[in-house]
Amino acid sequence: MNKRIALAGNPNTGKSTLFNLLTGLKQHTGNWPGKTVAHAEGELTTEKATYQIIDLPGTYSLYSNSEDEEVARNYIIFEKPALTLVVLDATSIERNLNLALQVMEMTSQVIVCINLIDEARRKGIEIDAKKMSEQLGVPVILLSAREKIGIIQLLKTIDNMMERKITTKPFQIAYSDEIEQKIKQLEPHIKKVFGDDLPTRWIALRLLDNDQSLFDELKSYLGQDKQTSIEKVIYSNKERSYGA
Amino acid sequence: MELNSSQKIAQLTDLYRQAATQSTTTLRDEIVGKIYQTSQELSEKSVNYDKRKTTWLDKNLDQILTSKTFGFPIMLLMLGIVIYLTIAGANYPGVAIANLFSVVEGWLTSLFEWMHAPDWLYGILIEGFYKGTSWVVTVMLPPMAIFFPMFALLENFGYLPRVAFNLDRFFKQSGAHGKQSLTMTMGFGCNAAAIMSSRIVESPRERMIAILTNNFVPCNGRWPTLILLAGLFMAAGFSGGMNTFISAGVVVGIVLFGIAMTLFVSWSLSKTLLRGVPSHYTLELPPYRKPKIWNTIIRATLDKSVFVLKRAVVVAAPASIITWILANINIGDTSILQHFVGFLDPFAQSLGLDGFILGAFILGFPANEIVLPILLMGYLATGSLVDVDSMNNIKDVFLAHGWTWLTALNMMLFSLLHYPCGTTMLNIWKETKSIKWTFAAFAIPTGIAIITTFIIAQVVRAFGLV
Repeated sequence: MNKRIALAGNPNTGKSTLFNLLTGLKQHTGNWPGKTVAHAEGELTTEKATYQIIDLPGTYSLYSNSEDEEVARNYIIFEKPALTLVVLDATSIERNLNLALQVMEMTSQVIVCINLIDEARRKGIEIDAKKMSEQLGVPVILLSAREKIGIIQLLKTIDNMMERKITTKPFQIAYSDEIEQKIKQLEPHIKKVFGDDLPTRWIALRLLDNDQSLFDELKSYLGQDKQTSIEKVIYSNKERSYGA
Repeated sequence: MELNSSQKIAQLTDLYRQAATQSTTTLRDEIVGKIYQTSQELSEKSVNYDKRKTTWLDKNLDQILTSKTFGFPIMLLMLGIVIYLTIAGANYPGVAIANLFSVVEGWLTSLFEWMHAPDWLYGILIEGFYKGTSWVVTVMLPPMAIFFPMFALLENFGYLPRVAFNLDRFFKQSGAHGKQSLTMTMGFGCNAAAIMSSRIVESPRERMIAILTNNFVPCNGRWPTLILLAGLFMAAGFSGGMNTFISAGVVVGIVLFGIAMTLFVSWSLSKTLLRGVPSHYTLELPPYRKPKIWNTIIRATLDKSVFVLKRAVVVAAPASIITWILANINIGDTSILQHFVGFLDPFAQSLGLDGFILGAFILGFPANEIVLPILLMGYLATGSLVDVDSMNNIKDVFLAHGWTWLTALNMMLFSLLHYPCGTTMLNIWKETKSIKWTFAAFAIPTGIAIITTFIIAQVVRAFGLV
């Protein structure tokens, strides 16, 4: 199995342009199972390896506001892609960063891709990628999918992240003392249920937010536990037999 | 100790309940507020704005285009300008193309005479196929080649989302989802595609409203009909620029009527069959992008004009042959075509149309592009042969069949309001998976089209206006 990379981002950030550029013609399109949300998947081959890229629906946040948001959230949390690229629009970083911060609460394997950098420069917006990367604790790459700027650097960073040559320390939002207190109190109990399988701090936050849809997903995730562990065994056997 | 999955679920349920008691009504706002605040702080440190490069227009364009005072007048003005230029511009290439076709027709006729070809072959190939097809190209290509690129430029510039924004509150007031303004604007391109796009409306109730009312805005297949008929009939008493101006005004009026009908039907549905409260959502306005002008023009011409024309010609070519045959094979002492048209005629007359027009709408069910071609075939095949040598001749064809401004107006309205085309119906079925709602999507517009044209025809005749 190729390692999987998820592509997240706000609508109108050129996410699809980037997806098309990275995957070329090797794409499969369809719907997410049981949803009326478009699903696109493709292959990316770099110098080091071939990856599977999954284009998540474009969303403004990752709460349970809509089917799109649920699909994107479930993929990052339950399918655990090896890496998530968050695509931001360089001309409205401030608004787009929200989504990046939310993704960084869910997973540490994140690259922030700031797209449409050519347009931003024309409008007199200068982005200090190095500084932003220091702040966020994850790689930040300036690119323009349309003009094919910064793509080589992105591919290198993807390889390096996959080989763990880059370690990330994603910036975590510090909430009010009261909320933090509640999170601290819930976290150990959540860890007992999920271990290191799912991001406990994030789940604590969602539970505090009374997120019914996520709660249902978590329940069915636990219910599938036995089944998936059996599937995993079959999978690994298969992989071995392929290798032999 | 490792827990089994049912114990884990029980524990999770406990945690969910426990967290719910800790949750406060302001917690979500606090979380979101904090995220926004953090985003702002972070971007302040690493993003630099060069104020000199942002112009006054960049900052204020949206304020103007979506303002309560200027938003609507600007919208009407834009639409009016586009249609005015289309009508004004379509005449010249139309004449040129028509001349070209009639020259070629002369050559072909000489060729057939030289070969001593039988009359029926000449009839089918030249009077049926060639003449029919060349009419379609002459009539439809010029307006499309002007209208589509201009519309595409507006679209690529980012103006259509502003139109949606302006209309948004009307949809909310009519009990529908604000996003319906987006699916509606999409319908100006293609209703079949717009039906698919109604997936962006999440609530099933509101999505159904969006689907059922989408065809009340004219699509690519219907724009040429509207523009052509308005240009020919709607300003007969005026000449020159004034004529074009009034014709354009009529098309704008028809579009507004379509939008009003969309809102009215949405409102009626949300008060009766599809009751409920509109859901809340945020509409983001994407940034303006300077379109790649030549790229857009070429793409629009190739993709849209050629696509629509191809569909029209592909059907028009065989249709013209079939129509010619039907018009020339007699049962008793009248042709098959006459029988069909005669059967429809009494009902069609009560709607201010005639049997040919209604027949063309029925036969044109597969695609709206072919309604006008089929109509012309029908007229041309029934004796009143007119040579394609000027755009005005098409009007003579219509006049020879007793057209008045009422016929033109009601054909425009029927085209605007009638049942969706075959492709759109198929998509509606695919999206709703319900025979009942697919039928409703057929019956509601058809009913409205019949009632509207009937009332207008009766009122106009009662007052002796035609």
